[in-house]
Amino acid sequence: MDLNYSPEELAFRDEVRGWLNANLPADLRRKVAEYEHLTRDDLLRWHRILAKKGWIAPSWPKEWGGTDWNLVQRYIFEEECGYAGTPPLIPFGLSMCAPVLLKFGSEAQKKRFLPRIYNGDDFWCQGYSEPGSGSDLASLKTKAVRQGDHYVVNGQKIWTTLAHYADWIFCLVRTDSGAAKRQEGISFLLMDMKTPGITVRPLILMDGGHEVNEVFFDDVKVPLENLVFEEGKGWTVAKYLLGHERMNTGRIGASKRELAKLKEFAAEQTKGGRPLIEDVRFRDKLSRVEIELTALEITNLRFLDQMRRTGQPPGADVSMLKIKGTEIQQALSELMMQAVGPLAQPFRPSDGGDGFDSFAAGLAPRYCNMRKTTIYAGSNEIQRNIISKMALGL
Amino acid sequence: MNFDYNEEQQLLADSIGRFIAKDYDFEARKKIVASKDGCSAQVWHTFAEMGLLGIPVAAELGGFGGGAIDLMSAMEAIGEGLVVEPFLPSVGLGAQFVARGGSEAQKKAILPALIEGKLKLAFAQTERGARYDLAHVATSAKKAGKVWVIDGEKHVVLGAPLADKLVVSARTSGKPADAKGISLFLVDRAAAGVSLRPYLTVDEMRAADVVLKGVEVGADALIGKEGGALALIEEVVDFATALTCAEAIGVMKQANDATLEYLKTRKQFGVPIGTFQALQHRMVDMVIAAEQARSMACLACAKVDSETDPDERKRLVSAAKVKIADACRHVSQEAIQLHGGMGMSEELKVSHAFRRLTVIAQQFGDAEHHLERFAALDRS
Repeated sequence: MDLNYSPEELAFRDEVRGWLNANLPADLRRKVAEYEHLTRDDLLRWHRILAKKGWIAPSWPKEWGGTDWNLVQRYIFEEECGYAGTPPLIPFGLSMCAPVLLKFGSEAQKKRFLPRIYNGDDFWCQGYSEPGSGSDLASLKTKAVRQGDHYVVNGQKIWTTLAHYADWIFCLVRTDSGAAKRQEGISFLLMDMKTPGITVRPLILMDGGHEVNEVFFDDVKVPLENLVFEEGKGWTVAKYLLGHERMNTGRIGASKRELAKLKEFAAEQTKGGRPLIEDVRFRDKLSRVEIELTALEITNLRFLDQMRRTGQPPGADVSMLKIKGTEIQQALSELMMQAVGPLAQPFRPSDGGDGFDSFAAGLAPRYCNMRKTTIYAGSNEIQRNIISKMALGL
Repeated sequence: MNFDYNEEQQLLADSIGRFIAKDYDFEARKKIVASKDGCSAQVWHTFAEMGLLGIPVAAELGGFGGGAIDLMSAMEAIGEGLVVEPFLPSVGLGAQFVARGGSEAQKKAILPALIEGKLKLAFAQTERGARYDLAHVATSAKKAGKVWVIDGEKHVVLGAPLADKLVVSARTSGKPADAKGISLFLVDRAAAGVSLRPYLTVDEMRAADVVLKGVEVGADALIGKEGGALALIEEVVDFATALTCAEAIGVMKQANDATLEYLKTRKQFGVPIGTFQALQHRMVDMVIAAEQARSMACLACAKVDSETDPDERKRLVSAAKVKIADACRHVSQEAIQLHGGMGMSEELKVSHAFRRLTVIAQQFGDAEHHLERFAALDRS
């Protein structure tokens, strides 16, 4: 048994780390480090820097711009991005729509969309959840009716992340409400956000931030050529995405960076005239999170090694990584807030803002915001259902 | 033994409960939070009319002569309504310093007006680096002839932007963390040398950082004895902590009621999600946490009213605050999780309950601070 990366893998890691350090713009690094809001331009700027380097879509086939990296290299790259604190790569185009098109799309669809996703010309969002269909996604009701050379779409999506930035949306819609199994009446449709009849309404989260939306479809005409795969096979497409290689759901790299920052920050705070980090009660809590993170990292590497050797998709392992990874992210955000003690109470200035400590004031909203992690992308309850069904046969 | 509210306490609970249901629903509250002052003069006037502002003030000054137990039901209602008006800073803290430590002249000048709703107070105590240590006071007050000159900076002074006067802790002798040498002064918020950096808090109340620069106050501004204020500060902060524990019960009730309702009505996979045992057990644990917290809130309120040994009072208030802080975290986090995405939205009251519970968990000391104080005062 050897828990370490090979010399080649370490060299690769150093190369990635060195490049990220040299090429991540300082203002973007600062914004991410201080939990500031990232604009569409911020996200696209970083996207294009990576595209120019050729590292924007490592898992794509080489002919479409992939890097030909192996599984471990791709994992290292993603974790290094998290560790460096780059703006997130918005997954909807790069690692959701694109893999679907590569697997199920027509040649015309690939040619039309993939280069634009690669270059950051189109910003994508994902239309899955509906007001009545969250954990029970297959109950979705947004309807697409075929009329001549197009579909007419009516319905509503909710929790649509960054829909207000998006040029395109991929949606699961119901094309056959009479199907014997409700999963069989679902299709996967691509829509231009500028199409008449699409309305985006912001949903403000409890930290005051605008990142998710409701999207309404009112007699939206979608050309038939925007159907991906066959009509009624949308569930197959969606399931493929769920099983798609996602080995960084634990977000180890980002949590390592947060942990390092927490230690630094706790050393600057004082308790009884001593640095807070020397306080046994605080230190124990911090150490527990660090140990959790160590366990998760090694678990992640074990799964990765297993996947590399068997060639099998990860399955329920991903659920385990998601559960533990999000719990760690939440614990870190809570400790960060607790570290400033009473100074975590300010939220936003009511006049001016002169002398307002916006970093300390951002810690409680960040804690609030991170509650979403155990809810989104399949709540942790659903992840536990997956493990109990898929791995344990219960 | 009798854990019921007496008739007067129950009447107060009913009238505040009715007022909040009728005039302080979530929409009304939203408007108040968004208003310039973040506080409704009308609501404050109603509180005064109900007699709420005078409950913990002696009868001869126009009050009711009550204690924390008498305020428990009102604090619960305030919690359930997520009331943002500065009851705690003005009545729970500011007025208590004057009522318990002030001179007759100070009492007469301040308390009747406060009870009538014409005057508000705030307590300027927390300093950078102090965390929850009440003895950590670096702000200085120096005698210059007949006046005191105060210099320093106070943080997160709850209700300061709305207050007419501030009760300011300042050091008249000794070093920053010394128990001796802390004094309390009444300072006009509008006095020369006082400047405020106002903000909205995470739980949507108004607070400010307060800078005091060469602020001059007369000898009559001193509350109690020079240099001996720490015991009074601890006593009053314990009183306010007990009230906050009672408030937390109301906030948790809101969160639990909303979550239970959601479990019964939200359907997924063709059934209400409350039929899933995994969620049922978590709801049950939230209710158990709230019940345990209620018991400890009773304990804290009873002890701040009647316990004559300060160490015993401190120890039991700390015990209560540990349980309350844990319950606040547990209930708030689970309430959001069981609501799913909806819980994250600012459109639902439960997310605002989350924010209040998050603050209460740390207000006047987090669980670790109070564990430490509890353990340090163990004499067995």
